[in-house]
Amino acid sequence: MLLVVAVLVFALLRFAPGDPAAIMAGDAATAEQIAQIRAGLGLDRPLVVQFGIWLGKVLSGDLGESFYFRIKVATLIGQRLEPTFALAALTMVIAVLVSVPLGVLAAWRHGGWLDRALMGFSVLGFSVPVFVLAYLLIWLFSLELGWLPVQGYARIADGIWNFLRHLILPATTLSVIYIALIARVTRAAVLEALGEDYIRTARAKGLPERRVLVRHALANAAVPIATVIGIGIAILIGGVVVTESVYAIPGLGRLTVDAVLARDFPTIQGVILFFSLVYVAVNLLIDLSYVFLDPRIRY
Amino acid sequence: MRRLAFAAAALAVFSLATAQGKVLRVVPHSNLNILDPIWTTQYMARNHGYMVYDTLFGTDEKNRIQPQMVASWTESPDHRLWSFTLRPGLTFHDGKPVTGEDVVASLERWGKRDAMGQKLMTFVERMDAPSANTFRIFLREACGFVLEALGKPSSNVPFIMPKRVAETPADKQIDDATGSGPYIFVKEEFKPGDRAVYVKNPKYVPRKESPSGTAGGKHVYVDRVEWNLALRDAQAQVNALKQGEVDILEQPAFESYPPLQADKNIQVVNSNPLGFQYMCRFNHLYAPFNNQKVRQAALAAMAEEPFLRAQVGIKEFYRTCPSMFTCGTPYGSPKGSDIQSKSNMRKAQELLKSSGYDGTPVVLMKPTDLASIQKLPDVAAQLLRQAGFKVDLQAMDWNTVVTRRVKKDPPAQGGWNMFCTAWVAPDIWNPLANPAVSGLGEKSWFGWPTDAELEKLRDEFARGTDEARKKVLAEAIQARAFEIGTHVPLGEYVNPLAARRNISGFVTGPGNLYWNIKKN
Repeated sequence: MLLVVAVLVFALLRFAPGDPAAIMAGDAATAEQIAQIRAGLGLDRPLVVQFGIWLGKVLSGDLGESFYFRIKVATLIGQRLEPTFALAALTMVIAVLVSVPLGVLAAWRHGGWLDRALMGFSVLGFSVPVFVLAYLLIWLFSLELGWLPVQGYARIADGIWNFLRHLILPATTLSVIYIALIARVTRAAVLEALGEDYIRTARAKGLPERRVLVRHALANAAVPIATVIGIGIAILIGGVVVTESVYAIPGLGRLTVDAVLARDFPTIQGVILFFSLVYVAVNLLIDLSYVFLDPRIRY
Repeated sequence: MRRLAFAAAALAVFSLATAQGKVLRVVPHSNLNILDPIWTTQYMARNHGYMVYDTLFGTDEKNRIQPQMVASWTESPDHRLWSFTLRPGLTFHDGKPVTGEDVVASLERWGKRDAMGQKLMTFVERMDAPSANTFRIFLREACGFVLEALGKPSSNVPFIMPKRVAETPADKQIDDATGSGPYIFVKEEFKPGDRAVYVKNPKYVPRKESPSGTAGGKHVYVDRVEWNLALRDAQAQVNALKQGEVDILEQPAFESYPPLQADKNIQVVNSNPLGFQYMCRFNHLYAPFNNQKVRQAALAAMAEEPFLRAQVGIKEFYRTCPSMFTCGTPYGSPKGSDIQSKSNMRKAQELLKSSGYDGTPVVLMKPTDLASIQKLPDVAAQLLRQAGFKVDLQAMDWNTVVTRRVKKDPPAQGGWNMFCTAWVAPDIWNPLANPAVSGLGEKSWFGWPTDAELEKLRDEFARGTDEARKKVLAEAIQARAFEIGTHVPLGEYVNPLAARRNISGFVTGPGNLYWNIKKN
């Protein structure tokens, strides 16, 4: 699969408009200078040769070197991993902590005010653009109240409080859409489980309602919820460009966009391969988690 | 116990702040992705160059060339031998002294990349360094722009590097940012797309003169300058400056000025009063702009004011300028500009009718992601349509424009007819620096006009040593450029920086210069 991705990405980039040499040379460069740069980057060689060289390196674990920064693509990705993983992790922690109980409660009180409010919130969560929500949160918590910084990222090594202060707004912004998504899926899955015979049996046995909801309904609804959470993590790591831009977080999303705009072919190829790998790994983990979440599933 | 803990924490914070010293936090106008200011003409690479490297000469606020690394120089009576002596005490960041050999190697590399440098090298017979602190330039014949070239303030600036670095082939990027400038680049802290860090060079010996433009004493009053490369959203930049999370925004978006000017903690400073000039460029290779009369019709249609109003919008930030060379500089003149400056739409329509224009659509490239110029093509399309042109306005990102303008294919096969851009003043302020007034055909800047008369005049200008004669020649060059329609100048604008009130000492220059800046 990764080989297919590699071929596709390579071909798409080479056939898309855009010449990195012209971009790198600057506004006042002559055609001759641009041709020199193109030759220096190896872009004047036949495509098959370029692909062969790149693939050979990839197979030996080398993603190549950025045209611009002249450092290893793996190093560039490494520099951006912490902000992206941290943002993704905190976002999903907030999203799961809020959405799963909400979804369970909405299913439990199906048709009641809480259920309707949750559905309304879900529509809102899906509909409000991320940047609008981001600006609103910045306006309130940073500009008006002055509680949190407007922008930037602080490494965990710089102190946990500083790290959290910088990440709480972007993570909250991003989590809204995931809260909406996971809460809806949780509600639907728990609602379905609540109609099953074993729930009636559990209630008939006199089990407390909380135990019925958590140990019986939610446990049986866990597979679709875990699937959505997994996909959410993969999407988050694959780049949340708008959030990273508004909050000036130097993550993988911005790296990807910068590389695409600059036609930095090795970097684009490298990050897309990396994202593919993450998708494969996350999907594998989700599949493996099914065994623990539902003992009936065997591989 | 709690008080003791608080005191300890406060002490720790204070110690940290003291250890870091004064940090100037800057949001540059763009991303820094190439660190070789000779290899590329990108302005961010130039600004990085001014932090790290020093120059032989500088250009002061009144656009006069002044010595910088050079202590003294002489010119032979026949103007063919130039001898220079370096200031004492010049050292590179690695502690080694700057020598004439370093200078010669740096000039040789620059002369292979920069357009003005290449022109200078056509006059240079050889260069040498007779002693450690001197160097000489031997010319085949006299030329009138030796000092202008060496003191060139914008891309590519002839920055002086150690010989071992300057010996890197001109078509390869350098790996080593060792310079002798007022700041030292902290390579270990450079994270592309995130931040670039410079620390004060404690060994730098500034000149005694007051700082002026890229000349004068480069005194450093902060310990560290951090370029925030991640903060690129216009609104987020404003918010960060308002909250004091950054100290300087180099180029706020035009729509950001009202809230910035309304904030009492923020100052708007015009440190580049000559500013920038907009222009639209014709492709002379293909119809309809391979016809001089059609180009004149377009010139007549494209009055400057509508472009400036639409793109800049703030009256005090723009000015019409009937010159292809920056207004307010020695060669700025209205000579020959009547076709554009005194024209109107009816005249444009008449000119187009008499030109034999056959309705070939004008492929006009519009960058959608570059806020500073993205409205120009819309205005151009509207004015050209009013004049009777058919216009095919094609939207794309700026880097696609940059890529496509290199192509010499017909417009229907991926080529183009027109694009618009902006230049900082020193890049266009004389006939040698301004790439748009060249008539060298396929060797010219994109658009490739061919005109022997224009080239003859430019050559004479290059050879001229009498300033009055050079002014006459510059006017003749401009008149000829308007006559054949090399391009359409669209007026000038400034894009002042915004800074916190506690920042002072801004130096006027083509880019943003970070010496003499104080943070209280």
